[in-house]
Amino acid sequence: MKIAIASGKGGTGKTTLSTNLSAFLAEQGKVVLTDLDVEEPNSGLFVNGTLQHAEDKFKMIPEWEQEKCTLCGICQEVCNYHAVIKMADQIMIFPELCHSCYACSELCPEEALPMIPQKMGELKQFNVNNLFFVESRLKIGEEQAVPLIKQTLQYVDAQFPKEIIKIYDSPPGTSCPVIEATKDADFVILITEPTPFGLHDLSLAVETMRELKKSFGVVINRYGIGNDDVLAYCEKEKVPVLAKIPNDRKIAELYSRGELIYRKVPEVKQQLDHIWKYIETTAGGRQ
Amino acid sequence: MKEIVVISGKGGTGKTSLTASFAWLGGENVVVADCDVDAADMHLLLQPDFKHSEDFYSGEVAQIHQEECIQCGKCADVCRFDAIPVVDGKYVIDEISCEGCGYCPRVCPTDAITMEDQLSGKCFISTIKTGATMVHARLGIGSENSGKLVAKVKTEAKDVAEKTEKDYVIVDGSPGVGCPVVSSLSGAHFVVLVTEPSVSGLHDLKRVYQLVKKFGIPAGCIINKSDLNPEMSAQIESFLADEDIVLINSLPYDETFTKAMTQGQTIVEFDEGPLKEKISESWEVIKKAV
Repeated sequence: MKIAIASGKGGTGKTTLSTNLSAFLAEQGKVVLTDLDVEEPNSGLFVNGTLQHAEDKFKMIPEWEQEKCTLCGICQEVCNYHAVIKMADQIMIFPELCHSCYACSELCPEEALPMIPQKMGELKQFNVNNLFFVESRLKIGEEQAVPLIKQTLQYVDAQFPKEIIKIYDSPPGTSCPVIEATKDADFVILITEPTPFGLHDLSLAVETMRELKKSFGVVINRYGIGNDDVLAYCEKEKVPVLAKIPNDRKIAELYSRGELIYRKVPEVKQQLDHIWKYIETTAGGRQ
Repeated sequence: MKEIVVISGKGGTGKTSLTASFAWLGGENVVVADCDVDAADMHLLLQPDFKHSEDFYSGEVAQIHQEECIQCGKCADVCRFDAIPVVDGKYVIDEISCEGCGYCPRVCPTDAITMEDQLSGKCFISTIKTGATMVHARLGIGSENSGKLVAKVKTEAKDVAEKTEKDYVIVDGSPGVGCPVVSSLSGAHFVVLVTEPSVSGLHDLKRVYQLVKKFGIPAGCIINKSDLNPEMSAQIESFLADEDIVLINSLPYDETFTKAMTQGQTIVEFDEGPLKEKISESWEVIKKAV
């Protein structure tokens, strides 16, 4: 069972929901929480686990072997990302632009551009009781999040059996990183807040999920602030509202200290229970 | 002309509400650029007229012409993005996975694959309610290359500012530390970091500041919701002092941010109290620092 937690707008509570739902479900069985917001991973701040494993993650980039190169220029011609440039007397590689498509390397008639690994980030796995936590963080200056998200998903799939509940804290937005993070999920929870920004970005996220043909539902965070337009939108679009987390300064304070909320605010625990019951009945739950 | 970029690393810190307020305070002497193209919200506060719009093409996507295809599978063999699955016995392109690298047409023995330009969004040049120009965009769902769209929005905004002799370009930047924010930062004269006193706020601020440092751009910081966790605010302040980042201002936790938004107004239009004063003060500090 794979549940992705996403939102169009940042700061609506993805990490809060991911960490609280994971810890809540881990009270009854094994859960893997994965932070796929590799640009700004935050879930780890709320999970105080023991480090079990750490590894560097690499992307493959071409490396120029001068002695083999005839400067024919095919590499530059085939690179759609302008990551390989032929100069008068050398080939220049721009790793941050490279998408690791291998075209330059494999189409080089002289085999002068072998692919070599370059570090793009780090993956770590932590554990506390029934909760396993995996996070990857992108190296600063590295521009592409997607390859690291992909490798993190592969790691989780290889390490943990299918039947374990897997929760994914996704990156914000509607572009390539969030598509990568949600495309394998069995269910997507979109979290939003009842404000004009929340509504606007929710409608983009809903469009994205429809495009991906995902089953999804909405959680409204900071319920009580703003207005009722998000509720009206969900009703009109027939999008299920799974839970409403109240707007409460105490919750914001607990969050600011890196504390889990459901343990201190019973209403939040109740809402988590609603969410899980919904997913269990509609999407199969624990298999 | 000076370019001021507002970023936050973490979402939900009040970045867009503050940027729109600065835009309002700057009046006709600014050009506004919304570079948070993934989740562009500033138009909800500044009411642009969407007067000029332009389709934005970026990158390509492969297309298989089935009548030419002999099912040899060479395209799928070379594709590193698993973007050519077999569906109903035919090789087809999964447009969401295709990264437009152009490798497959080069190995296709029957030239059955072509690369097509991909429409990835729309770019708008508008007039907002202050009379100033705003450049903004909407990225197509699931599109790649938001970095390139960000670059396009910035270039257009700078062009307008130069042609109309405005003093400031105010940029609402993208979240994260990846390609859109790298694009947002390039060429900036001053960066305003908006943060909040939470473990996540400080964590994300530190990461995004590492990126700002790489660019060597001077920076200032606004701590929003500062009274939510005074201890954490103090930690942020000491980080700022260590890094020589100007503390522009500390703002209280205030639901006026949401109330103004619900009215489709910037905070400085909506509020008549101390919050408005603090934000106006902040804008003066930024102008001096630039």
